[in-house]
Amino acid sequence: MKQLFVFIRKEFYHVFRDRRTLLILFGLPLVQILLFGYALTSEVKNADLVIMNGSVDPLAQQLTAKLRSAAFFNVQEKQLSPTAIEKEFKKGNIKAALVFPSGFSSDFIKARHATLQVLTDGSEPNISKTIAQYISAIVQDFQREHQAMAPAPLTITPELRMLYNEEGNGSINYVPGVLALILMIVCTALTSVAVVREKETGTMEVLLVSPFKPVMVLVAKAVPFLVLSLANFSIILLLAVYVLNVPVAGSLLLLFLITLLFIITSLSFGLLISNATSSQQVALLISMMGLMLPTIIFTGFIFPLENMPLIFQWISNLIPAKWYYAAVKAVMLKGLGIAYVWKEMLMLCIMTTLLLTITVKRFKIRLA
Amino acid sequence: MDPQINLKPSSPAAAGAAIECKELTKKFGDFVAVDRISFHVNPGEIFGFLGANGAGKTTAMRMLCGLSYPSSGHATVAGFDVYRQQEKIKQHIGYMSQKFSLYDDLTPLENITFFGGIYGVADKVIKERGPALIRSLGLENEASKLVGALPLGWKQKLAFAVAMFHQPRIVFLDEPTGGVDPVTRRQFWDMIYEAAGTGVTIFVTTHYMDEAEYCNRITIMVDGKIEALDTPAHLKQRFACDNMDEVFYRLARTARRSDS
Repeated sequence: MKQLFVFIRKEFYHVFRDRRTLLILFGLPLVQILLFGYALTSEVKNADLVIMNGSVDPLAQQLTAKLRSAAFFNVQEKQLSPTAIEKEFKKGNIKAALVFPSGFSSDFIKARHATLQVLTDGSEPNISKTIAQYISAIVQDFQREHQAMAPAPLTITPELRMLYNEEGNGSINYVPGVLALILMIVCTALTSVAVVREKETGTMEVLLVSPFKPVMVLVAKAVPFLVLSLANFSIILLLAVYVLNVPVAGSLLLLFLITLLFIITSLSFGLLISNATSSQQVALLISMMGLMLPTIIFTGFIFPLENMPLIFQWISNLIPAKWYYAAVKAVMLKGLGIAYVWKEMLMLCIMTTLLLTITVKRFKIRLA
Repeated sequence: MDPQINLKPSSPAAAGAAIECKELTKKFGDFVAVDRISFHVNPGEIFGFLGANGAGKTTAMRMLCGLSYPSSGHATVAGFDVYRQQEKIKQHIGYMSQKFSLYDDLTPLENITFFGGIYGVADKVIKERGPALIRSLGLENEASKLVGALPLGWKQKLAFAVAMFHQPRIVFLDEPTGGVDPVTRRQFWDMIYEAAGTGVTIFVTTHYMDEAEYCNRITIMVDGKIEALDTPAHLKQRFACDNMDEVFYRLARTARRSDS
């Protein structure tokens, strides 16, 4: 036991004296959270919208005022020729344009049917779709307000609510994904490199000649990254809650437990990789390319799994991060309890057991 | 060297041989790396293990240290069987590998504390003898530096001191002076003599023939077999040579294997 403690202390020295390790450990989460939270957001805020209104028209002015009050748009009122509009779109100065025909009010009230034209920048399909949706929603809302004046027609109005994320906060989706990604990278890459480094420098040989139990080398290597990953998890969670305004709806303890399980799974992965390779570069390459890419693709936090061909959906079941992501989303965003995530947790348990069994069996007690 | 370093083995060397080998063999597939070697090493002896690259000396040493299972034959180290009593052997041997094998990102004292710790040396003993060892190696001024910043010669001396720190009965040195300058090599051998003087058995492989002269007895391995085993003086006499260099050349030039 004392031997193990001595070993673990040495591992902490290695971590805190290596700038690269520290950077990956604490820099990466910060950058990723802020990147996904701010830069890679799919939300639309303050999109530049030009409104063209040819005449003094009371209804058009009311609608303009309504659009102006929405936080999504940065409204400018201008008169531009069709070529000028296109120029603005091409330069990227505006995201959308709204054109009122002359006689908008009279069309609406007398002819009972008015049209207006909405132009969006289709070279950015996601944003343009979102803007079109926002504008339609505002127009419909406006129309409803004015229907009070007329005899009620037969209408069905779908009332939309985005459950668990009423404001459409894009970070909500990313935070569990980033958690999965970071923990996977930190635990797998750093652990595998830490073990392989001993092989590369020749110290593993000296350790194997010593009375220190070889399997305990693996334990000692894993413990510091377990502790540091939990610290990392706490930092990411704090950033998520206080900087990105992502709520934690469910039990913090359960979230912690699921994370602990996932960390252990990732550590086992790292130890397995370290068994299979004897150079730090290869270990890093396998961890980064072999795990990061599948984690990003098959977790479902960037590309929806439901849209993938069945074979890929099936493959995704083999990715531990997928189960972690699902469980974290359920607990963090929906506030669900253990009854709803036991399946995910069981999957992680099975994967961990499998990985650890292979690792311990394959760990070379003797060099030849 | 400062006589203060106390390198006495924890228990007096066993009455029998420190190392005993009989027909020890290691095969990798069809390749016979070590071919039925037999020898014994007396307690407190400096036993040199010579051979060209690929002659099988490192493989033989690894079998004795428990890094590799023999294919056949028998061997005991410190009285313990290499097949069945690995753990016991590990408690009683020290090992210094060909590659520099301390941690570059730890200070000298941290290295000593770590290796002392995993060999189960008591904290109190480490606290007492660690700093004393640093002083006797003349490393006081480098105490706060990381080992990676030390010159190779000092690193090797430190590595030897670390291998001896838990007071093993037998210490295995695999080409310990490779790449080290002549002055440091001389100092290194002073340390070896001092250790041997306290009753520790030294098992050392080397390329340097002048070093072979320092050993009590030497074996010369050629193509996995032991071609000669005697004191340096007897070997020179037998082959009618002035120095070990010639003896070695006469034996080793028949070798068919080179670098493995």
